[in-house]
Amino acid sequence: MDLYEYQGRELFARHEVPVLGGGVATTPEEARALAEKLGDRVVVKAQVKTGGRGKAGGVKLADTPEEAERHARAILGMDIKGHVVHKVMLTVTADIAAEYYFSFLLDRANRTFLAIASVEGGMDIEQVAAKTPDKVAKVAIDASVGVDEAKAREIVERAGFPADVADQVVDVVVKLWIAFVSEDATLVEVNPLVRTPEGDVLALDAKVTLDGNADFRHPGHVDFLDIAAEDPLERAAKEKDLNYVKLDGEVGIIGNGAGLVMSTLDVVAYAGERHGDVKPANFLDIGGGASAEVMANGLEIILGDRSVKSVLVNVFGGITACDEVARGIVQALRLLSDKGEEVTKPLVVRLDGNNAELGRQILTQANHPLVEQVDTMDGAAERVAELAAAK
Amino acid sequence: MAIFLTKDSRVIVQGMTGSEGMKHTRRMLAAGTTIVGGVNPRKAGQQVDIDGYQTPVFGSVADAMAATGADVTVVFVPPAFAKGAVVEAIDARIGLTIVITEGIPVHDTAYFWAHAVKLGNQTRIVGPNCPGVISPGQSNAGIIPGDITKPGRIGLVSKSGTLTYQMMYELRDIGFSTCVGIGGDPVIGTTHIDCLQAFQDDPDTDAIVMIGEIGGDAEERAADYIKANITKPVVGYVAGFTAPEGKTMGHAGAIISGSSGTAEAKREALEAVGVQVGKTPSETARLMRGVMQH
Repeated sequence: MDLYEYQGRELFARHEVPVLGGGVATTPEEARALAEKLGDRVVVKAQVKTGGRGKAGGVKLADTPEEAERHARAILGMDIKGHVVHKVMLTVTADIAAEYYFSFLLDRANRTFLAIASVEGGMDIEQVAAKTPDKVAKVAIDASVGVDEAKAREIVERAGFPADVADQVVDVVVKLWIAFVSEDATLVEVNPLVRTPEGDVLALDAKVTLDGNADFRHPGHVDFLDIAAEDPLERAAKEKDLNYVKLDGEVGIIGNGAGLVMSTLDVVAYAGERHGDVKPANFLDIGGGASAEVMANGLEIILGDRSVKSVLVNVFGGITACDEVARGIVQALRLLSDKGEEVTKPLVVRLDGNNAELGRQILTQANHPLVEQVDTMDGAAERVAELAAAK
Repeated sequence: MAIFLTKDSRVIVQGMTGSEGMKHTRRMLAAGTTIVGGVNPRKAGQQVDIDGYQTPVFGSVADAMAATGADVTVVFVPPAFAKGAVVEAIDARIGLTIVITEGIPVHDTAYFWAHAVKLGNQTRIVGPNCPGVISPGQSNAGIIPGDITKPGRIGLVSKSGTLTYQMMYELRDIGFSTCVGIGGDPVIGTTHIDCLQAFQDDPDTDAIVMIGEIGGDAEERAADYIKANITKPVVGYVAGFTAPEGKTMGHAGAIISGSSGTAEAKREALEAVGVQVGKTPSETARLMRGVMQH
């Protein structure tokens, strides 16, 4: 889960990483009240999970609370690269003598964590890395040891921080590491980390990604979820513990196993090229060993998506039993008709593997007019694309 | 022969007495695996009856190894306790640890990987979040169904469970030496490269199917490795050509952000070193069929 900047700032503050005073507002009036409380010149920043806010006019300086209110009014509701602004963050401002870059992140290739530090912060770090790689220090961290003061000092020396800020940066690096580990983050990034003319070191930005697998030991992380910004179908799916991602196309997809479902999206998209360019409408993985109920929940979500014109159920039963899947399909269709909802979207079903024969038999006996069985994955994709294009 | 797992492998199960552990221990036994015990500190000394087969429960991996000569452990322990279970297996210096558990925090995986490295990589780790390893007709350690395919001379390595099953099924008439599900998490123990080298060295494997998916650069690095080290034919498949950028598709590792890690980039890298890459699972199976007929 990627956090908003204001959430990252709160998380930093919790671990004593030095940040500027500030807060978050959802209305212009709140922004004004907050600016009054901060009692100084403030910066008003749009809270969106995308870059390029400044260029889009989403970051403004305000000298008075009235000005802060005016800027908040202009920024709230703004659309930045498809992200609507629902919140603004206000912070006091800082004089900047130097800008640096610092991050801890997961290094998948080396199966460890990495510290990246540069005294050339404030701009696109990737450009700095590409043009002058010697100005970006990358230091591997032993995940079974972590970062103590000595390791932090090594990173700071490798990056070439000036001697007069080294001690402060070492202190911030240790605190960032504590935040990174104790919150189960996969990324904490500060760009820029600044030095003020007075010699203080401050984190002026906070980019944080948390590992969803660790939610069980962080009950507080649920507060970071921005339920209002989620797609309503994705939210409904999440409530039913389904692994669902909304996409732009017309063919609803249900399968078991992330790899097989991804592969199904591909095969349907290829078939779509021959049938009116229809595309997958979603990714939905019912997981291993799914019961009839899970299958029925999944199908209900997909059939509730108005952009869906036809549905493909593609299951290879490993642990999942195909008869359970078939029962789930029958159950979902019955449930919907009991609710008085007319199902008009055709379903193409391909079952193979564990109990496939039994599953096919169940569907044949149910003899639902909208359910059609196809033997192979390629054939099923072709047929479902054809049905979507014909609608 | 086969890789990692053979008819001589002696397998223990950590988390055997849980519901998933019991279900799959039963399936592994049915597939002919030599299961010599389970591990659960709270049930040490007990016997568990699995369809009439009395399986002893030990208090630790080290105890189980000392009593049974076990050399493989399969971990079904829930995410919150998986780190401790894997560290215990590493400390006992068991040769192969297969971590089936899904949903382990990546800080925990990074920790036990670092721990294994520190102890000189005496324990091979497969997974986490993987379906396990099967050498058809010899042994099955994990949750891969034992009856999809038959013994043969193709080696298979895959990030995805169900795609592994799909490929085993498509090529069931030719058969496999060993199939390894390495798992889709951002940090995994055994990699595509480790399996490629093991298949290269295995006299009973003639050709290799490699299945990848979007995210990371493991397939690109495997391509470089194939060019330098692998002389047996390799056929590849990559899932996620049409996945949009910046969306997570289930496997924690399968995220693309920016241009690297896309299926297209992976296919290009593999084709550049002479690997035939199928557009779909069935086309991939056809390509492998062509290789095996030569």
